Amino acid sequence: MKKLILAAAAAILLSGAAYADVIKIGVVGPFSGPFAIQGKNFKAGIDAYIATHGNKVGNDTIEVLYRDVPQADPAQSKALAQELVVKEGVQYLAGFYFTPDAMAVTPLLQQANVPLVVMNAATSAIVTKSPYVVRTSFTTWQTSAPMAKIARERGVEKAITVVSDYGPGVDAENAFKTTFEKEGGKVVESIRMPLSTNDFSPIMQRVRNSGAQAVFAFLPSGPTTLGFVKAYNENGLKEAGVQFLAPGDLTQESDLPALGDAALGILTTFHYAIAHDSPENRAFVEAARKAIGNPAELSFPSVGAYDGMHVIYKMIEATGGKQDAKKAVDAVKGLAWESPRGPVSIDPETRHITQNIYLREVAKGSDGAYYNKEIKTFEKQPDPGLAAAK
Amino acid sequence: MQVFFSIGVDALAYGMVLFIISIGLSVTMGLMRVVNLAHGAFAMIGGYIASYAARDLGLPYGFAIILAVIGTIIIAIPLERFLYRRIYGAPELTQVLMTIGITFCVIGLANYVFGPTLKTIPLPAELQGPVNLGFRTIAAHKLFAIGCGVVVALGLWFLIERTSFGVKLRASVDNTAMAASLGVRTRIVYAASFALAVGLAAFGGVIGAELLPVEPYYALRYMVTFLVVVSVGGAGSIPGALIACLLLGAIDTTGRYLVPEYGEFFFYLAVIAIVWVFPRGLLGRAK
Repeated sequence: MKKLILAAAAAILLSGAAYADVIKIGVVGPFSGPFAIQGKNFKAGIDAYIATHGNKVGNDTIEVLYRDVPQADPAQSKALAQELVVKEGVQYLAGFYFTPDAMAVTPLLQQANVPLVVMNAATSAIVTKSPYVVRTSFTTWQTSAPMAKIARERGVEKAITVVSDYGPGVDAENAFKTTFEKEGGKVVESIRMPLSTNDFSPIMQRVRNSGAQAVFAFLPSGPTTLGFVKAYNENGLKEAGVQFLAPGDLTQESDLPALGDAALGILTTFHYAIAHDSPENRAFVEAARKAIGNPAELSFPSVGAYDGMHVIYKMIEATGGKQDAKKAVDAVKGLAWESPRGPVSIDPETRHITQNIYLREVAKGSDGAYYNKEIKTFEKQPDPGLAAAK
Repeated sequence: MQVFFSIGVDALAYGMVLFIISIGLSVTMGLMRVVNLAHGAFAMIGGYIASYAARDLGLPYGFAIILAVIGTIIIAIPLERFLYRRIYGAPELTQVLMTIGITFCVIGLANYVFGPTLKTIPLPAELQGPVNLGFRTIAAHKLFAIGCGVVVALGLWFLIERTSFGVKLRASVDNTAMAASLGVRTRIVYAASFALAVGLAAFGGVIGAELLPVEPYYALRYMVTFLVVVSVGGAGSIPGALIACLLLGAIDTTGRYLVPEYGEFFFYLAVIAIVWVFPRGLLGRAK
């Protein structure tokens, strides 16, 4: 009986939301705890979009509701998404910094009739879990694979991979290894480090002894990155001419002031740099810096959130504010626009974002601030991770 | 052979950094019988003060260390006076709940005041860059940390075993009422040793910042490691803590060098084995 009432209440709420003038978007992300800075970036991106595009689509007013999952916690993430759908009547779910959190929510979408716009979580497989998932961030495969091509172009024969031993780390290792060996290089050794490693000096000694000409590294952005980059310098690998290659998570802008001179010259491939030179990006950065408060905290999740909002606005336009997940997702398949990161489009097959990947080098600007300087562009990169998984 | 020395040097440096931070916790837990889970928070406060002094105010490194130690002690004094004094001799659960509460407050405040980003403590030119040891290079600041560890170990041993303050401290801990009736001002002794422990935490937080970077979650992130050191070494024992740090540093570093894919398996295996054979820690005293 209780279940029936609950279901009836949910049905009323859901149908009620469809004709309401206020369209609610539920955003789940880490807004407190060790990853709070990434949640802050979600919010900054969303606020920047609303500030520049207004809070109305047609006659409907947009309302964004935030729910906090401080660390990867699939059960909590699912519970909050359910609460947003059933109690708050949101028409769209968005956000999600961690892959397991996004994965946990995908089984709800069909029944709830709600599209999910992933603003960060970077494992390729998420989009295959439900036809209602659209992703506006990147995948680790997408940002790591071009680095292998760069390494070959720069004459690296033998490379070593060093990654943190968790999902995205293993993804990065596979992406680099597969592409690098396809291009004719050889990965002499693959080291997986425990996530809790503090002292990277022993790892660097192994890198040195392996005789590789380049080290490809992946660690979650944050405190460990600092220790890793310092250990690379202090163990004389830089002088020994071992090139440091990584996807851009390692040199995210909010970590650069702490990394300082130690990071100069590190090569990374990524989909977005705050220093990207385009009028769209200048406008975005200005609005997002205002939204986040402290300009030094702005980093890549903000652009995923900004473009995620763009996709949701287009979905609302296409459905006229009615709740229809299928129609909404169909409407953005193949959608192309000029993002702050450059030209992007939603791949109609995978519903993942196709975008330029840039090769960047950490450089010091004339004002003494460090930034990621884009030096080469790989145009219109799809996600190679899905193809590799098949 | 070269691999052996190479691992040895890294292990020594890592162990010494652990030692400087953990020894303060060993003092509070072993001598004062307070399970102080806020110890990491004090180390972090020291790191933040040093970072602010050296990076934002441009003060020299040595001065930043002194400022960090004194500043952290000043912050800790009212905490000792109003909070810790209530839990001396209280059941462990009460102590754990209160100190973990303090830790969360400090994390929240640090996040609010300094923001969630990493903070660095700029090193003086002498401590930057690699030093060539012949068979390999090592970071200069690691040699500095090793030196600091030796000085702290000797200084503390002398203070507790060879001075009248040490005698009073040990007396107050063993039997507070008797020590007080013999004219030892136990409250002052407790306050002084609490300040000493906090000062050491702050010192370790600054010296170790290159390995354990300062950010708001520092206070919890490394607390398990510090507690492991104390329980393996035996609470309150300086030589015990030193041996534990060197041993665990060596096991951790060797494991990481030779078989990183096993993660911290060997580290915790060693901890289990040691605590199984020595339930009070390597050099812990029976109650």
